[in-house]
Amino acid sequence: MRSGTYFTSYRADLALRRMPLEKLRLWLFAAVVVAFPFFASPYWLNLANQITIATIGAIGLNILVGYTGQISLGQGAFLAVGAYSAGILTARLGVPFWLAIPIAALLTAAVGLLFGLPSLRLKGLYLAIATIAAQQIVEWVITHWTALTGGTEALVVPSPVLFGVRLDRDFNFYWVGAASAALTALVAANLFRSRVGRAFVAVRDQDIAASALGVDVFRTKLLAFAVSSFFVGFAGALLANYRTIVTWERFTIETSILYLAMIIIGGLGTINGSFFGAALLVLLPALITNVGRSLQGVAPQVAQLLPYAQQAVFGLVIILFLVLEPQGLAKLWRNVKDYFRLWPFAY
Amino acid sequence: MDAFLQLTVSGLANGMVYALIAVGFVVIYKASDVINFAQGDLLLLGAYLTFTFVALADLPWTVGVVVAVVVAAAVGLVIERLVLRPLIGEPVISMIMATIGLSSILRALVSAIWGPRPRRFEPFLPSGELRVGGAVLGLDRLSVIGIAAVLLLLLALFFRYTREGIAMRAIADDQQAALSMGISIRRVLAVAWVFAAATAAIGGAMLASLVGVGPDIGHVGLRVFPVVILGGLDSIGGAVVGGAIIGLLEAYTAGYVGHGLNLIVPFLVLIVVLMVKPYGLFGKPVIERV
Repeated sequence: MRSGTYFTSYRADLALRRMPLEKLRLWLFAAVVVAFPFFASPYWLNLANQITIATIGAIGLNILVGYTGQISLGQGAFLAVGAYSAGILTARLGVPFWLAIPIAALLTAAVGLLFGLPSLRLKGLYLAIATIAAQQIVEWVITHWTALTGGTEALVVPSPVLFGVRLDRDFNFYWVGAASAALTALVAANLFRSRVGRAFVAVRDQDIAASALGVDVFRTKLLAFAVSSFFVGFAGALLANYRTIVTWERFTIETSILYLAMIIIGGLGTINGSFFGAALLVLLPALITNVGRSLQGVAPQVAQLLPYAQQAVFGLVIILFLVLEPQGLAKLWRNVKDYFRLWPFAY
Repeated sequence: MDAFLQLTVSGLANGMVYALIAVGFVVIYKASDVINFAQGDLLLLGAYLTFTFVALADLPWTVGVVVAVVVAAAVGLVIERLVLRPLIGEPVISMIMATIGLSSILRALVSAIWGPRPRRFEPFLPSGELRVGGAVLGLDRLSVIGIAAVLLLLLALFFRYTREGIAMRAIADDQQAALSMGISIRRVLAVAWVFAAATAAIGGAMLASLVGVGPDIGHVGLRVFPVVILGGLDSIGGAVVGGAIIGLLEAYTAGYVGHGLNLIVPFLVLIVVLMVKPYGLFGKPVIERV
């Protein structure tokens, strides 16, 4: 059993993974991620792709909500901006896929910056309401600017090609998705070890104290909006290329709420929590659908209630987590780790 | 001029429904600083309860609406006890997320019980027309305006003169001082939720008679945000004035501008108000001292 941490160099102390066990876990996880697609059925690959994309979006939202403390209900709108810009760039302008995605992410960051402007005068709940307005306005623009977005019609995106490989199969897309999610997690984890990221956290914890320490609160909030929207736009752009169809119904306020639920259930202000939450909220509906399908023969009346059960379980999971474990799955995971680390002693 | 009068009446009728929902919203915000995202779903529930008691159970509409409102208020009480009370003292975002979860559960329950499709519902409000000059004014809209105005007046009197009302205002003003005066915050929070559910149910009943019942009418809940921001998050009078203004603005935009612009005009107003006068017309500014 380990009795303490003894580092002899700053380098070792500052590493992202400091303990042998942490390194081992990381390598194990990486091995599972790499091996997974060779064993998984297309159904599971599809779920895995949804999870990787949702993870990127959840990390993006967590940067804004969990780390900087600015509640946002505009996630759906930012995803939409990313998805539509990537779609329009590739489908209408013929920009290659690998170039369209960063451009789309940057465009989304610009839109995020714009809707972050009210934070000059607003705080907390007022800002949250401003993001609802952002959501509604973006939705309206998408459905009414028919010339650009196709309005309520679906926007069809050609399936992406990378290094001569068409990414139209779940197996091929998986590598792009997993690599993007890993990259996003790495960037985000390092962000919060830098001055900028620490400033985000300072603004969340006490904005007045932060400004007394020389953090420009308004600029920091704006930057948080931009960085967060960048990743959300990245997720949206990937989504457009993965589904190859973009429709506005996927980016309503329900989506915003879904992502908020992900980070709450996963754990606010944690990177691994964003992944846990995204995974849970992608797998849960799939699980309920499967249960419903198997009930179809046995109890058709119960199976009929399925769509509502899905919605109700979603709400119930949020409330249960808030009441029972407000720090989310990330805290549960920490409890498990602590239990084994300290075993057989409880303290 | 005739068109203007018609638009005014229909805008004002919608605005009064908004005002009723917004009042419940403001009451909860004042009592606990919680933004209630389930307000639209409480309205949905109220509309379907009214449908059940008036159309299915065949009660006279006055009795049916009262029963529906009482049931909705009871639901509000249960919600407060089961969901909000365990969260007292948690960060505000937790409570807000709880109301979001609640909204999802309520919507699921409503669709599971009454089905996902709109139901046929004979309007119970008087359906005649009143002709003023060349304008044709629906009696149903006029009666919505009348009923809502009376109810809102009663509410204002309640907050001004009754013990409960004064306790609620005290909590809103200064929680600690109110607690030390022996006011029970739990009781006030429970009363706030009962109020919110009841006023939303009344709004739902009226909306059900104006436009029918269907799962979509819960979307009115989002419109409450521009209303409360315009009026001021913590002002009941502001909610009424804001409701009227937003309702009228929507009606005029729909009538004179078109293009579906009436759907986002309230949100454009919201952004402008937030930038120019963040605490709304009647909200109390929060001053931070270090």
